[in-house]
Amino acid sequence: MEDLAPEAKAELDRDFSDLYRAHLRDVYSYSYYRVGNHHDAEDLTEQTFLQAYRHFARAQRESNGRPLRPWLIRIAHNLAANYYRDRARKPQTNLEDAGTIGELHTTESLVEGREELRNVLAGVQQLPNDRREALIMRFALDMDNREIARALGRSDGATKVLIHRAIRQLEGIVEEKAA
Amino acid sequence: MSSRETTADFEDLLRRALAPVEPPEDLAQRLEDHLVQLTEAAAEELESWELAAMRDPRNWARPAAAAAVSVGAGAAERALREVADEAGKLLRDSRRGW
Repeated sequence: MEDLAPEAKAELDRDFSDLYRAHLRDVYSYSYYRVGNHHDAEDLTEQTFLQAYRHFARAQRESNGRPLRPWLIRIAHNLAANYYRDRARKPQTNLEDAGTIGELHTTESLVEGREELRNVLAGVQQLPNDRREALIMRFALDMDNREIARALGRSDGATKVLIHRAIRQLEGIVEEKAA
Repeated sequence: MSSRETTADFEDLLRRALAPVEPPEDLAQRLEDHLVQLTEAAAEELESWELAAMRDPRNWARPAAAAAVSVGAGAAERALREVADEAGKLLRDSRRGW
């Protein structure tokens, strides 16, 4: 944190508190779909906000009033990449193994489409990293192309193409599995 | 069914599969506690750094200068008071006709 006058520091803390209350679920959802289990998702979420807090004053200054959600998700994205590097030496957990469908979804997932949802989730896990992340941001966090572009450090156009290709590839994976 | 409808259906399926995940209820509180600890630790670290810095004679110059300024100002104030007292005494004596 930068050295600030007490009043400015209090205001910054209030703003940060608003930020994390508004986006806790987004960061947690993103973390969960990246790492595949609640324990590590909690850890990743906490690390994301602690890191965000350290750089919040600067981010707020440089954002020029733009939403900070892409910045937050980018922090989670970078931390998740480190997590995977660390996990290269350890057994991996995937969403199916963690019993995600049963835990995640309430009544909707318990109806007949449950198997289909499970196939879609399994397909998402098979996508290349950038495509999987773009889909998580679009569908789990409801981010628009511009926000996703900022979070991934890409242009709006490249992001639109990335999402389009991710959906096409995922459709192919799911259809192949169903056939 | 057109390809646009198929795509819309698939996106709807994807939206349901990737439903937002609610964080555990206590996560927000734990995070808040952690942040408070972090800021308190930072404040304590700053205080202890200031105390440690005061023990190093190389950091005494500024406080010593500030103290010297304070002492100087005090001495000047005392001197002015003495002059004023002396002037008052002279004035009172002159009124008595001395």
